[in-house]
Amino acid sequence: MAGAARGNVVVNAEECKGCGLCVESCPPHCLELGAELNAYGAHPAHYTGHDCTGCGICFYCCPEPGSITVYRVKAKPKAVAVPGGEYAPAL
Amino acid sequence: MEAESVISAGEAPPKAERREPAGPAVNEGEYEVIHSKSPVFYDLYERKTELKQQTHYCPGCGHGVVHKLIAEALEELGLQDKTIIVSPVGCSVFAYYYFDVGNVQVAHGRAPAAATGIKRACPDKIVISYQGDGDLAAIGTAEIVHAANRGEKIAVFFVNNAIYGMTGGQMAPTTLVGQKSTTSPFGRRPENEGFPIHMAEMLATLEAPAYIERVALSDNKNIMKARRAIRKALEIQKNGSGFSFVEILSPCPTIWGKDPVEARKWVLEKMIPAFALNVFRDRIPSVPKIEVPQRSVTEVLELGAEVEENSTSAARHVHHFKDVKIKIAGFGGQGVLLLGQLLTEMGMRESLEVSWLPSYGPEMRSGSAHCHVCLSKDRIGSPLVSQPDVLIAMNEFSLRKFAPEVVSGGVILYNGATLPADFAAPAAQVVAIPAAEIADKLGSTKAANIVMLGALLEETECLSSGTAVTVLEDKVKKVELLEIDRKALSAGRLFIDDQAHLGAVSQPDGFA
Repeated sequence: MAGAARGNVVVNAEECKGCGLCVESCPPHCLELGAELNAYGAHPAHYTGHDCTGCGICFYCCPEPGSITVYRVKAKPKAVAVPGGEYAPAL
Repeated sequence: MEAESVISAGEAPPKAERREPAGPAVNEGEYEVIHSKSPVFYDLYERKTELKQQTHYCPGCGHGVVHKLIAEALEELGLQDKTIIVSPVGCSVFAYYYFDVGNVQVAHGRAPAAATGIKRACPDKIVISYQGDGDLAAIGTAEIVHAANRGEKIAVFFVNNAIYGMTGGQMAPTTLVGQKSTTSPFGRRPENEGFPIHMAEMLATLEAPAYIERVALSDNKNIMKARRAIRKALEIQKNGSGFSFVEILSPCPTIWGKDPVEARKWVLEKMIPAFALNVFRDRIPSVPKIEVPQRSVTEVLELGAEVEENSTSAARHVHHFKDVKIKIAGFGGQGVLLLGQLLTEMGMRESLEVSWLPSYGPEMRSGSAHCHVCLSKDRIGSPLVSQPDVLIAMNEFSLRKFAPEVVSGGVILYNGATLPADFAAPAAQVVAIPAAEIADKLGSTKAANIVMLGALLEETECLSSGTAVTVLEDKVKKVELLEIDRKALSAGRLFIDDQAHLGAVSQPDGFA
């Protein structure tokens, strides 16, 4: 699945307090707490690398303003046939 | 397939450690950012010298989530530059370190009152009152109820975690029945401590609020509902529709003694059954308009055409100041408050903005009394005079008490033949006027305040003495008293005039 995931999550380890709410709330369970400690003495969360859909729920459950950044695969413009034989990107 | 990728928290991660730096290790060409730190937050928080990237909230605290939801809504609605957040006393006292908007931090419970003032003074700003349950539902109950009842066009975000968090877990008005706290160690007993207060329901009995909802940070779905509610409350204020109130049931893992995930479950399982989630109000209030007749000062004072002439002559008086702040102090019965009223009435007749604020003890007579008078060409922000330009001290006690407050270069007019021997003259000009003796000779000791008025007008030229005569004629009904007052006014002016000629002033460098 890696690489094919629709989304991606980056956790700023120095900002994370290791509360685990993102781990709990992630629908596809793609976050986990790490074994290492950060400067705050917490086990910061990180992305397992699998199955992120980019839903963003972890962002809303996380109490730290800048800890989590959520990415999603850019929508590729689809080519559709236009009656004159020309192609134009779909909206 | 999903089950395979479940890795429970706490287990050592089987894969290589991914310790991400601040910058994303994501292929920017393929991915786009959909959620990241809002620009409504400062990049770094200057609260402490270290840990500038983190809020001061405990891990799993609901405040951070509410902050993020507010920040997101402000960003999306384009309101960052016109928002003022009033932060309370409680764990969220430091909100001003995080939000890059206008910030005010106020006394415990008074956020809705402060927000009222800010919103009324700056109606085009978005004003948010951010409060906890100890702040809003205990010490600040009166403020929130009356702000809601007046339908102030502010948004109140009420973070309810059923406990006093900052002070270490005392019982709050919202503490659940049976919930343990440091001050209800066997659980809250309604027979002794009463029942939890339901603020949203209580405010929904009022006519004025436009929007009242209770949401919870209990699970993903409810957090997204809270997001919509917060956004809606701000939209309502943006549209100027009225008062909005969002109660947010929020976890306090530290004080509840639970881990963040358990605490969130506790909100779902214990708090929501006690505090029903609901939209209690969602309508634009219909506010009947009662017309206030727009009348000029002379119309309000019911002055006839003949006074109209007088007021034009008074208006010719040149006001050499932008504003002048006067404090008048003495014993009750010396005409202290009346003198203030006369000055404000004179100011009105000379088309100035005026305010009069009396302050007196319960004694009424013989107790000490003082009043604050502002005369200004602009609107007056506060009627309180803490640094007077002019002090009229009707007795020695008032002179000693208020002289240190007078601004440098101000004027002190003292009712007495001479200044007290040990009185250290402040940086103001001090003039002693034997007003009581002068008034006594004229036939009534009561007119001492009018002697002082005459002295004030001659000394500062703040108002015209012609206006003073007009006002006295209007206010003093007894003919003989009016005659004494006229003489007293002239005597006060004359005294200052003579002093100027003699150069007999207390200021060493002298004045003319």
